[in-house]
Amino acid sequence: MKKLAYLLVGMLFGIGMFKSGAASWFRIYEMFQFDSFHMYGIMGTALTIAVIATLIIKKKNIKDFSGNKIEFTPKEKSIPRYLIGGIFFGLGWALGGACPGPMFALLGAGFYPIAIAIIGALLGTWFYGLIRKWLPH
Amino acid sequence: MDLILQPWPWYIGGIFIAITLILLLLMGKTFGFSSNLRTMCSMMGAGKSCDFFCFNWKAQTWNLLFLVGTILGGFIAYHFLSIDTAAVPLGENTISKLSELGIESAGKSYIPTELFGTEAFSSVKSIVLLLIAGFFVGFGSRYAGGCTSGHAISGLSNLQLPSLIAVIGFFIGGLIMVHILFPFIF
Repeated sequence: MKKLAYLLVGMLFGIGMFKSGAASWFRIYEMFQFDSFHMYGIMGTALTIAVIATLIIKKKNIKDFSGNKIEFTPKEKSIPRYLIGGIFFGLGWALGGACPGPMFALLGAGFYPIAIAIIGALLGTWFYGLIRKWLPH
Repeated sequence: MDLILQPWPWYIGGIFIAITLILLLLMGKTFGFSSNLRTMCSMMGAGKSCDFFCFNWKAQTWNLLFLVGTILGGFIAYHFLSIDTAAVPLGENTISKLSELGIESAGKSYIPTELFGTEAFSSVKSIVLLLIAGFFVGFGSRYAGGCTSGHAISGLSNLQLPSLIAVIGFFIGGLIMVHILFPFIF
């Protein structure tokens, strides 16, 4: 039952990503060209609701469906890992026009060449694991 | 029905993302898609080459199910909730900039057929570009400890400064790619 729920939430996300154009290479290009408000609108709406929801969950001490406290883990403090890692991510995001979630939504939609990018993403993740000891964090 | 079949406005997209985050929080989980890439590496045996991939990946099964759902969502969205090619409407300005780069499918398709068409599998250039794009996304998201969902949505909604730094990084990288590197690539 719980398993089905994760599948359904993923479906909701996949449909939202595809139908809003967040999975479109063109929308990502347009965003980095500052040609349209569209992607900023998506992120802005999502964030506005999510910030308020997070505040309410914390203030009202709302429990999850199983009755446990909802934990928010603070991210480790650092600059280089977020900045350098982020720049690499941005380069790939703009070139392939898709971040990890949309890559899989595109695969489902039948744009099969995106599988090449997914293979690349797995290789990139693996490569990070291999060299992480030598990277500044 | 016609409204559903047309591309959705930005605020609907934003609401869908927010609902995803809220539902996952209420299910006791954190929204972060790129963790799945690490999990998949572990499943394929990457733990043999380095201990970064030695962890109990079975605890991440929920996220893999979420990933399968995302694939299904893409299938449903394209086959049942879109018409024709699901073309993304773009401004004239953007279409002409892309035309200068040699990308003529702008405004007529969902993603550029020049890069993602069926011939992509036999074009060395497409394969190399997609591999590099994916590689950077995978490497960068793990280095930065998250992707758009983990940082720009989960992290920023919890007002995390590290996530803001990561998102600034995403933009620096994206701007360099589109404004400086694209003319050399396309």
